[in-house]
Amino acid sequence: MIQSMLIASLVILSLAILGCLYRLIKGPSMNDRIMSLDTIGIILLSMIAVLCMLFRTTVYFDIILLIGILTFIGTTALARYIERGDVIERTDDESDR
Amino acid sequence: MNAQTMSQIGEFLIALMVLLGALLGALSAFGLIRLPDVYMRSHAATKSATLGVLLILAGAFLYFTFYLEHVSAKLLLGIIFVFITGPVAGHLNGRAAYRSGVSMWEKSVHDDLKPALKRERERMRESSNADHPGKG
Repeated sequence: MIQSMLIASLVILSLAILGCLYRLIKGPSMNDRIMSLDTIGIILLSMIAVLCMLFRTTVYFDIILLIGILTFIGTTALARYIERGDVIERTDDESDR
Repeated sequence: MNAQTMSQIGEFLIALMVLLGALLGALSAFGLIRLPDVYMRSHAATKSATLGVLLILAGAFLYFTFYLEHVSAKLLLGIIFVFITGPVAGHLNGRAAYRSGVSMWEKSVHDDLKPALKRERERMRESSNADHPGKG
């Protein structure tokens, strides 16, 4: 019972990733693509949690944390790059030198 | 009601939670496809995807706690991390979109940020002119 429900949720999550891929390819602006990459990362994270429940193992919990952190850092870096043109902001006295 | 029935009901409730989270993820992908501009799409992608992931991770945490006798601090950490960073990433992305000039949907009626941003840019220009009069 629980096995079939978990597999059904895996299928639904894969369809959601397909929908995000459509926006990732088509998206008119760059921010659409960043947002859809963020959503793909988050959905991937939940797919790994479902896989952990399905296989009754705890070894993939590290991967959940890793994907969460990487998704956040990637989104932040890309959004800052789109907004300002650089990722790490320099202060005024550094840029004067 | 004996213990086995209770355990089956609990398992069913946890699986229902996971299924609901997956449906919320699919709903956010649907909104990502259908909505007309970046800002509305970020509404769909940020809120419902975060809630879906929270439901799935909480279901996994409950399952591992009650059925496999393994209280996982890593999973709790993941829940808290996603809960904090999901909206922050969405906000950063929307701000970057507005400031880099992505246009809104043509049927949008209200834009409070535009005059505020204009005022801020004028103030920035004045202060940089005062700092470096030769360059300005």
